[in-house]
Amino acid sequence: MLDSTPKEIKERTGGVINPAKTCQPIGAIYAALGIHRCLPHSHGSQGCCSYHRMHLTRHFRDPIMASTSSFTEGACVFGGGANLKTAIKNVFAVYNPDVMAIHTTCLTETIGDDIPAYLGAAQVPEGKFVIHANTPSYVGSHVTGFANMTKGMVNYLAEATAEVKKEQVNIIPGFINPGDMREIKRLVKAMGVKFIMFPDTSGVVDSPMTGKFEMYPVGGARVEDIRDSGNSRLTIALGSYASKEAAIQLERKCKVPAKTRNAPIGVKATDQFLMALRSGFVREIPYELEEERGQLVDIMTDTHFHFHGKKAAIFGDPDIVIPLTEFVLSLGMRPLHVLTGTPGGLFETEVKKMMLEAGLKGRVKAGGDLFELHQWIKNEPVDLLIGNTYGKYIARAEDVPLVRVGFPILDRSVHSYLPVVGYKGAMRLVEMISSALLDRADRDARDEDFELVM
Amino acid sequence: MEAVRQLLDTSIAERRDSILIKGKQKKQLRCDTDSVAGCVSQRACVYCGARVVLNPVTDAVHLVHGPIGCSSYTWDIRGSLSSGSELYRNSFSTDLKEKDVVFGGEKKLTFAIDELAAKYRPQVVFVYSTCIIGVIGDDLEAVCKAVARRHNIEVIPVQSSGFIGNKSAGYRAACDALLRLIAPGDKRKIAKSRSINYLGDFNLAGEAWIIKNYLKEMGIGLNVTFTGDSSYNALKKAPGACLNIVQCAGSMAYLAERMAELYGIPYLQVSFLGVEDTSSSLRKIAAFFDDDDITRKTEALIVRETEQVKPVIEAYRERFAGKKAAIYVGGGFKAISLIKQFKEIGIDVVMIGTQTGRKDEYQTINELVDDGTVILDDANPTELERFMVEQGAHLLVGGVKERPLAYKLGMAFIDHNHDRKHPLSGYVGAVNFAGEVEATLCSPVWKYINSPSVWNDEDSPGGAFDGTSAL
Repeated sequence: MLDSTPKEIKERTGGVINPAKTCQPIGAIYAALGIHRCLPHSHGSQGCCSYHRMHLTRHFRDPIMASTSSFTEGACVFGGGANLKTAIKNVFAVYNPDVMAIHTTCLTETIGDDIPAYLGAAQVPEGKFVIHANTPSYVGSHVTGFANMTKGMVNYLAEATAEVKKEQVNIIPGFINPGDMREIKRLVKAMGVKFIMFPDTSGVVDSPMTGKFEMYPVGGARVEDIRDSGNSRLTIALGSYASKEAAIQLERKCKVPAKTRNAPIGVKATDQFLMALRSGFVREIPYELEEERGQLVDIMTDTHFHFHGKKAAIFGDPDIVIPLTEFVLSLGMRPLHVLTGTPGGLFETEVKKMMLEAGLKGRVKAGGDLFELHQWIKNEPVDLLIGNTYGKYIARAEDVPLVRVGFPILDRSVHSYLPVVGYKGAMRLVEMISSALLDRADRDARDEDFELVM
Repeated sequence: MEAVRQLLDTSIAERRDSILIKGKQKKQLRCDTDSVAGCVSQRACVYCGARVVLNPVTDAVHLVHGPIGCSSYTWDIRGSLSSGSELYRNSFSTDLKEKDVVFGGEKKLTFAIDELAAKYRPQVVFVYSTCIIGVIGDDLEAVCKAVARRHNIEVIPVQSSGFIGNKSAGYRAACDALLRLIAPGDKRKIAKSRSINYLGDFNLAGEAWIIKNYLKEMGIGLNVTFTGDSSYNALKKAPGACLNIVQCAGSMAYLAERMAELYGIPYLQVSFLGVEDTSSSLRKIAAFFDDDDITRKTEALIVRETEQVKPVIEAYRERFAGKKAAIYVGGGFKAISLIKQFKEIGIDVVMIGTQTGRKDEYQTINELVDDGTVILDDANPTELERFMVEQGAHLLVGGVKERPLAYKLGMAFIDHNHDRKHPLSGYVGAVNFAGEVEATLCSPVWKYINSPSVWNDEDSPGGAFDGTSAL
């Protein structure tokens, strides 16, 4: 399918071929689903909402609910105020959420709809909440949308009410799977620290089969908890792209100190996450986690010769790719091409620094696309590709194995239930990567080289 | 009627006229209207409609002019197969940024087409306008015209801003683009042939190829399919056909009508879903040619194929006794075919709805279904859930967003949309359809659905559990 991708790399000015990102609103919907009994609302044409629900449904294989302002030509001319007013009335009358989380689209941003002004005039039932985030699709990416909606939660819900900060930590997990959020919660519980996690999509988009359809499954951060996050002693934001903004806003609004750490993928990032927790609350790392870490390192030593010197290309969302690259380096692999579709930020600086430390010359880019990644691989082939489902075209064209990590994964299941974060998640990554490499070795081996023990 | 009373109690007033129960109410179903603001609508937008219709043109560059999302979500989603170029499976976008929105996107669009034309040398580029293009006022026509002249290729704008209507408006925008593409420079130079065009098949899972083979056996040449597995050169020959047959009327009836006006090509509405519809459609096509040889070959094909699939479908029928189906699909015509197809395999349809069905299609649906069947237009998940459960459906036919909803209710599901994996057209399709129904309806997984009562039931597959254990 990608036979026509030319090897010669030329400067491009006119847009994107095969994107490694999508637009802000889908991230806003995903974040909003991490509030208990929240209905995300797309203020724009109904196609946007339909696409986001479809895409999220394909990734999580669970029902994804969101309403839309159903824009028509008239709304574009006269503004979306009337549509939003009707929408708020209908959403609470029919779907009865506790929270309605409105995000904008490129259309409503371009026509200049002023959401706060509309909300001021809207009738919201007693005890219910409407929050909002501006998520113009022509800025940033889906990760930015997630960050903006998370910040919106702080803007509208968080409050500093206690005189003395409580002995509890806020965890902002970023755009990761519910399986990862569950694992982070398990780590924090094991540390014995009281915590509030938001957004938290576990129990929402990985809900169990019960034979019933629940519009609002049991999971999600409670509104009262998000409100109470203003009283916490510390916020740990996991990822500078998806989580940092909200933590800083919480610091500004409620004087809760913020620490930003990488998403805990791999040994080092998980260590740093636990250290941040410990130094905030002066607690010892429990043996349970020490043992897990030891097991992980044991596995890494058992298998290091499978990885050493193997060349890899990694792409995906920046908060995941940065620590993932670090982990891949720690396995002795050589990540030669590292790319994210999300523009800006510290991505290039961080990854280049790691490569430099490892004595590696590689290509790094933020705001790139998969056409370019493919060209890089054509010029400098790799043994392995790590990324989301869209990597499968390159993997096929270049005949390299693909390890699926990130969002979206549309062609495999179960991934959203199991973690890549924490020591357990790292074990899973080692299993995935080594299985991909060894399956390939088995497939390629001549009869005389085919081995039972590897 | 419990369902109706509940509905009146809790639903949005505007929605009441869009739902009816056959035999209970005399009213005319309201359809073909805009969705209500604040609805969890299953509907898509104008761009979506245009893209799904045009995307199967295999050797075209499909360039989406707008911010990245519209292009990302439609990257290779259609599942339409190609026997030639794979260019259509890439995702091209101008990826508009804030400054483009302020200063206009025309320059970037020009660069994008220039670069893509140089890189892939396509004969045609479709440029889709998205929501904000309609607002910032880029002159798509002018840009396309200039670039087309420079590269000596065709660059066709598709007016598909999301807010100008629903998916149907997008179908129309796509048909207008196709009409521009097939328009010959000089009408007198159209080479007329005895072959036919096949409209409204997107070659999902290779369905158009099945029909092509039937036609070939009947002695009828297939000129070009709109748009499954089509190419620039093949589409150019479209005006020369002697007949258009139309499968998906929702998207292509307009094109058929326009081609009748412009090129004098008559059209027939056909359906290759189910044994009965396939046979009658093939006969209709043969009758048009009024040729003994074609008629003889057609009858031979029908007899052979029918005899082959009959016992297979009969066997399935027995397994499906007493099962009930719910249908929620995009267009009205597909819904009608599905009712008939379910009748063939002995399953009653107890709920049926569409996203964009027309008044006349709902009329036909009303005539086909039994009394008590719920009919609804542009339904939301809450309504779907309510009626599927109340009507005791065992199976839902729908698209991506309906799948997990059905599963959560412990209900079997068939994708009759982009995600279908087996061809559902023709005789082989009828068998595949029954096979898919069987695979989902008779799967052992439904026995494991974890409801609290199961924990006390020694006969359940999980075995007996202590009833006091917390769930």
